Amino acid sequence: MVSMEDYGDFETAWCPGCGNFGILKAIKQALVNLGRSPHEVFIASGIGQSSKLPHYLKCNAFNGLHGRSLPPATGAKVVNHELTVIAVTGDGDCYGEGGNHFLHTVRRNPDITMIVHDNQIYGLTKGQASPTSEVGMKTKVQTHGVFNMPLNPLSLAISLDCSFVSRGYAGKIPHLTKLIEKAIEHKGLSLVDVLQPCVSFNKLNTFKWYSERVYEMDDPGYELDDRINAFEKSMEWGDRIPLGVFYVNEKPSFEDNLDVLSSGPLYKNPAEKELINELIDGFI
Amino acid sequence: MNIDLNIKLGGAAGQGLQTTGMALAKTLKKSGFHVFTTQYYLSRVRGGHNTFQIRISDSPVFAMTEDVDLLLALDSESIEQHLSEMSDGVVIVDTDEIEVRKTADSIFHVPMLKIAKDVGGDKIYSNSVSLGAIMGLLCLGLSDLESILREAFNKKGEEIVQKNIDSANAGYDYVKDNYPGGCKFAVNEPGEKENKMLINGNEAIGLGALAGGLQFLSAYPMTPSTGVMTYVAAHADKFNAVVEQAEDEIAALNMVLGASFAGARSMVTTSGGGFSLMTEALGLAGITETPAVIILCQRPGPATGLPTMTEQGDLQFALNAAQGEFPRCILAPGTPEECFYLTAEAFNIADKYHIPVFVMSDQYLADSLFTLPRFDASKITIDRHLLSDQELRTKKEEYKRYKLTPMGISPRALPGQEGALVVADSDEHDEFGHINEDQDNRINMNDKRMQKLEMLRDEMQAAKVYGNPHASVTLAGWGSTYGPLAEVVDILSDKGRSVNLVHFTHIHPLPVEATKKLLSRSKKIICVENNSTGQFARHLKLEADIKIADNVLRYDGKPFSPEFILAALKEKEVI
Repeated sequence: MVSMEDYGDFETAWCPGCGNFGILKAIKQALVNLGRSPHEVFIASGIGQSSKLPHYLKCNAFNGLHGRSLPPATGAKVVNHELTVIAVTGDGDCYGEGGNHFLHTVRRNPDITMIVHDNQIYGLTKGQASPTSEVGMKTKVQTHGVFNMPLNPLSLAISLDCSFVSRGYAGKIPHLTKLIEKAIEHKGLSLVDVLQPCVSFNKLNTFKWYSERVYEMDDPGYELDDRINAFEKSMEWGDRIPLGVFYVNEKPSFEDNLDVLSSGPLYKNPAEKELINELIDGFI
Repeated sequence: MNIDLNIKLGGAAGQGLQTTGMALAKTLKKSGFHVFTTQYYLSRVRGGHNTFQIRISDSPVFAMTEDVDLLLALDSESIEQHLSEMSDGVVIVDTDEIEVRKTADSIFHVPMLKIAKDVGGDKIYSNSVSLGAIMGLLCLGLSDLESILREAFNKKGEEIVQKNIDSANAGYDYVKDNYPGGCKFAVNEPGEKENKMLINGNEAIGLGALAGGLQFLSAYPMTPSTGVMTYVAAHADKFNAVVEQAEDEIAALNMVLGASFAGARSMVTTSGGGFSLMTEALGLAGITETPAVIILCQRPGPATGLPTMTEQGDLQFALNAAQGEFPRCILAPGTPEECFYLTAEAFNIADKYHIPVFVMSDQYLADSLFTLPRFDASKITIDRHLLSDQELRTKKEEYKRYKLTPMGISPRALPGQEGALVVADSDEHDEFGHINEDQDNRINMNDKRMQKLEMLRDEMQAAKVYGNPHASVTLAGWGSTYGPLAEVVDILSDKGRSVNLVHFTHIHPLPVEATKKLLSRSKKIICVENNSTGQFARHLKLEADIKIADNVLRYDGKPFSPEFILAALKEKEVI
């Protein structure tokens, strides 16, 4: 049996009261609930306060470059598909710096769970606008308020036919835990966009602001594979902000398409020395 | 060298130059000649003026000379541009189709299109007509060409095979009946038909990677490196390897680092522009000590530069790319044979030292076909330097990915192995891989990484000396210039000159002592490079304090020919 203790307890560099703590707790709890041992888990992350998360639980981790959590996560998953691979990233990291990787990883559809700490602000660089900041938000850089339209990650993912699209909230840990469990169990790329208050720099989207607006979707008639409906739902934002799974599209994952993985993890495959001589013969 | 003939095929992109040239090169190799080919093409899919050049000899040839003996002109440009390259020879041209504005005795009309239509029933057979005509002018038989055509068209069925063979025969007969004397070049086939390979640099790198146990390749297509990616992709399934085209070069190297971290031998292929995008991830490989092989196939820059031409302009860039200081290794093969063995070696160095290793080639080496003895795959070993499950089970302390060791190399476990949690960070980190901003730790980790470079330096192979080891003048070169430089040494040695070549394949970390020893014998060192600033000469000066007397540089996008180097040496009064 795997327990929360197995995932350890670490001192963090996060601000007291940060939404990151809730997300960390939910990830650990989801892994425990699914019975995954730390050595079976691989977390890739980028740069930002969110991306420090893999240092705060026991697991295999690759804390790489800003915006680049998805490519190493993909590489690792292809090479050892027995690992539970999670990419932990943030709104700046994933939707800004790494936007291109986001688009194409959705298309590639590796069996990875993306957890995006979406606090609508840059935390580590101390409070500039992010791709999801609301129009009008004033910062030390956006002195006239943000002009650029915010990016809607869920709508974007659904438009790309992402195989699992969901939203959680750092203030609803049991709900987020369940969401992460579903995302991990889903085969293919799963997006979990997590609304997360930044207590130091985002004075607009606070715990109070979110708590007054978020609600858990519980319509029993909601068809998870209805893409048009999911797209419409994903645009609901303002006074009411829905949480839960928006869209599921069961389709072959990137690894499913690779026949060479059927005999086991790629890294265990032996080198085919004899075949080289056949290739050499081809040049004679 | 009794036979030394230069055949040039000229035409527009889309006219089948590459297919015709390859068929001719394969035929002549099959006949026992040493064949060397180069390609000159422009960055377009249709039109423009391109050439495919084939040099044949009864001795090994690794360079292209400038004097053309036989020109197949498929467009007017071929005659305009290349007639002046011919002293005595033949130009095959279909004057029914192509306007010839120049007059020369060498111009010989072959109605290739008419013959193709008469014999094969379609103009597409005119390339086979031209091949037959070339074999006729070379005074050779047709049996080798017939078997190459059979091989090439086998998949399309017997009828197509036969039409191509008939067309070749008709072209051959036309020459016999119409060329004065029936043929031009009395080149007897070499008696011995050994099992030689005909292979270019890109293919040899791909082959070396597969022989070296490549498991994952990610790349974004970029001329002139793309051939490596396509070669590996064609054979990946059989070798249990995965090839993934990334959305950009940033993703390519980051993906490769994830794959390598998880345990696969992994590689990217790119050219300068793509490598520019990879520089951030290069530093990531450095600080996370993740093995990676980077195939950097150069073309002239900066930016888009001359996309289809050649240059050795990225050496200083590869040496210095990415912020901060970390160890890396640079290898630069001079022939496809070296491409094969050095690419496999690159994987072993990367796995032993946990560093990025470059194999640097260029368009010239990438696209040129060389005739070479059969590669010996049994010489290649695969040394992974990984901790076994057993070793992890019996270890006494918690696993540390960056454990400080006397030599700087920390034993490597893989994620997923029981008994180890493997953590890597692009931040400076402690022995466990967790972020650490402490100053003493920084010094320890930096020293640990840089120490590996010195250990590797001791392992780096010294340069090879070609020609008289005690010669007073030394031509120093690196990578792809080996062929033309060796030929210059042959030419000058035949004339009694005291000149040798010291050719470097192991560029960085430079084996300083061995290099000093090799070059101290020489009175005058001339460094020959395909760039405009003498980048390797600077490297020799900086690393080993070697004084270069003069440079021979070429940076017009074309590779060196022996003639170019000889002329430059004369101008500099070295010879």
